[in-house]
Amino acid sequence: MRLLKYLLTGILFGIVMTKSEAISWFRIQEMFRFQSFHMYGIIGVAVVAGVLMHLWIKRGGLKNSNGEAIQFADKPKTYMASLLGGTLFGLGWAMTGACPGPLYTLVGHGYWIILVVIASALFGTFVYGLLRSKLPH
Amino acid sequence: MLDFISQPWHWSVSGAMIAFVMFLLIYFGQRFGVSSSFRALCSIGGAGGVASYFNYDWKSHDWLLTFIIGAVIGGGLAIHFLGSPNPVQISEATVNDLAALGVSTPRTTSEGLGFIPHDLMNFENLASLKGIIIMVLGGFLIGFGTRWAGGCTSGHAITGLSNLQLPSLVAVIGFFIGGLLMTHLLLPIILNL
Repeated sequence: MRLLKYLLTGILFGIVMTKSEAISWFRIQEMFRFQSFHMYGIIGVAVVAGVLMHLWIKRGGLKNSNGEAIQFADKPKTYMASLLGGTLFGLGWAMTGACPGPLYTLVGHGYWIILVVIASALFGTFVYGLLRSKLPH
Repeated sequence: MLDFISQPWHWSVSGAMIAFVMFLLIYFGQRFGVSSSFRALCSIGGAGGVASYFNYDWKSHDWLLTFIIGAVIGGGLAIHFLGSPNPVQISEATVNDLAALGVSTPRTTSEGLGFIPHDLMNFENLASLKGIIIMVLGGFLIGFGTRWAGGCTSGHAITGLSNLQLPSLVAVIGFFIGGLLMTHLLLPIILNL
C-alpha cells in the first residue's frame, strides 16, 4: 500500500509523457533543430512552475505526506561529470529520441524494440559503474 | 471530457502536469529523477558483485521502480484509451530535413503514430551498422551519460533547474552540446552508413 501512490503517480507520468508528445523521436529532432517551440514550451513551463513551487515550499514550510519538513538536497558540485556525462547523454538522446522516462513509457505503447535501447542503457550504466573511479567528476 | 484529453495537449498544460508529477513525488518525500532506476536495476541484477557503485540498498529505490512500472502502464493506457486521432504533428521544416536524410515522418496513422521512427528503429535494423549505432550505442550513451552526469532530463533539467542548481545547468548545457553535435554533424553521417 505504501507503494500504491507511486504506481498511480507513475501512471499519471506515462499519460503526461504520451499526451505531451515529449516521448516522440520526431519532437526531439524538432527541438535540436530549433524548428518548433513545443519542447521548449514544455520544459520552460515545467521549470518556471517548479521554481515557484520550490520557493513556495521553502517559504511556507510545507510538510510532506509523512508530516516531516521538506528538505531539498543540493546536487553534488561535480561539474566535470555534469558536463561530460551530460554531453554523452545528449548524443544518445538525439539518436534514440528518448530520455529514460520516455523509454519506459514507449514500452507501454507496445514498441518492444525499445527494450533493446533500455537493455543497452542498463549496460551503459553497468560500464559507468566499472569505470567510475577512473573518470573525472 | 475524454475527447478533450484525447487531443494532443498544449505545451503549457504538459509542462504544468510535469511540474505536478514532480510536486507529488516531493510531497511523498522523494525526488523526481528517472535515470537512478538504471542503477537500481543493475544492482538488482547483481552488479554490486563487480562494482561498488551498485553496492547500495536498492530497496531505497523501490518507490522509483514502482513509479516506472506505472509509467509503462500509463503509456499503455494513454495510447489505447486516450490516443490522438492523428500522428504527432511535426513542423514542415523538420519533416523536410528528415526526408533529406531518408527518414519519413508519418502523416496518417496507417504510416505510424509519430512516436518512434519505424525506418530506423525495428528488429531487422539490428543486423545493420546504422541500426546498432542508433539503438544500441544510443541506449548505451543514455545509461552511461546520465549516471556520470548524475541525472537526466527529469533529475537535472526539471528538478535541478527548478531548485536553481548550478551543476544541473552545466548538465543541461552538456545535453545540448551532445544533442546538437549528434543532430547536425553525426546523424547525417550515421544515416548514410
